[in-house]
Amino acid sequence: MLCESWKEKLDTYLDGELSEAEMRTFDAHVRSCSSCSADALGRVQMKRNLQSVGKRFAPSAEFRKRMQRSIAPKAKSSLSPGWLFATTALAFVVAGLLTSTYVGARSSRNHVFSEIADLHVETLASSSPVDVVSTDRHTVKPWFQGRIPFAFNLPEIQNTGFTLLGGRMTYLDQAPGAHLIYDVRKHHISVLVFQERLLPADLGENSVSPKNQPFTLETWNRGGLRYFAIGDASPSDIDGLVKLFKEQ
Amino acid sequence: MSGAVSQSGAFEELAMPLFDQLYNFAHWMTQNREEAEDLVQETYTKALNGFSSFKLGTNFRAWMYRILRNTFLTSRTGLRATSTVPLDAEEGRADLAVENETPETILISRSSSRLLESAIADLPVHFREILLLCEVEEMSYQEIAETLSIPVGTVMSRLSRARRALRDGLTLQLQKR
Repeated sequence: MLCESWKEKLDTYLDGELSEAEMRTFDAHVRSCSSCSADALGRVQMKRNLQSVGKRFAPSAEFRKRMQRSIAPKAKSSLSPGWLFATTALAFVVAGLLTSTYVGARSSRNHVFSEIADLHVETLASSSPVDVVSTDRHTVKPWFQGRIPFAFNLPEIQNTGFTLLGGRMTYLDQAPGAHLIYDVRKHHISVLVFQERLLPADLGENSVSPKNQPFTLETWNRGGLRYFAIGDASPSDIDGLVKLFKEQ
Repeated sequence: MSGAVSQSGAFEELAMPLFDQLYNFAHWMTQNREEAEDLVQETYTKALNGFSSFKLGTNFRAWMYRILRNTFLTSRTGLRATSTVPLDAEEGRADLAVENETPETILISRSSSRLLESAIADLPVHFREILLLCEVEEMSYQEIAETLSIPVGTVMSRLSRARRALRDGLTLQLQKR
């Protein structure tokens, strides 16, 4: 084999990612070939330099403390022993209930709904809520190609009272998705689309009001994609937009 | 102890040992201390909120890096960094001719870490992240694949292009001197 063929795999060899048999063959070759061993030596040195230079940033002590405070379990309340016993007993009952599948699934659903509400609020509060600014669905839809691992259709909304403002890429529990923003009677509605199989809960067909939020949220599944429509517009307006999506 | 408290305790136990390396990675991605702190803070908050969906026994480190990376990519800095560089633009480009004096040998002789630092910082974000995960975090190809949500074959080809881009960047900087 020519040295150039060995050199193509030199980095994989130095990363320790060749098969055991290939590693042995490579070891033998590198020992006997001055050109490959010199090349390997240079690359090992580069790896060492990268490792030392790459570790140059350290968090401040103040930031570490702040982070520890924010994720540490919250301090217990100062209850009397009697109350403590009652509270502990109650906690066991609640913990028992929480382990049941039904509550687990519901809690998982609520988690998804509250994440959707957060994404909606966060986006509208942003100074640049959309990354592709266009009212044309034929501009907005192609923008997502190559950015998210699936395709979806947008409904025709001419003369419906809805206006498409644009879209942005988003994530829900590490699942990449599309976030579209529509306007109706000066209210904004977010429509979010994800791959159903990547979401943590079985969501069904729902119309809910996320806790402590003045929003209406509708969710549905079409062709393996999970859609959410959320906003402070009237429930009938949100339902109207959902119907347009479902009818296409 | 309630379930929420014990879950938060378990999360802290798993997540805090990764704090320094996540911060380092965040700083390389954002190239700014304040933004790196915000990114790490947001990553930990999202991870804690979604900890119930984490499957015990799977790779927690890859899970945390994936959250941090996804958070970065949807931030304004992340979108700006990725919008200008086509990911596979360098596919199929021929290697530079091997010369006697390579960037590696020059780096050894001049021990110029500042050069290397700026060459890493100048890399497109997709090259920078994969190089850091491999060389600094010493992740296996499989772990990188899980973190970046790409196949192992893509890890190998992207890593190879990232190394080539780094070598090109170093060569360019050395020529400027």
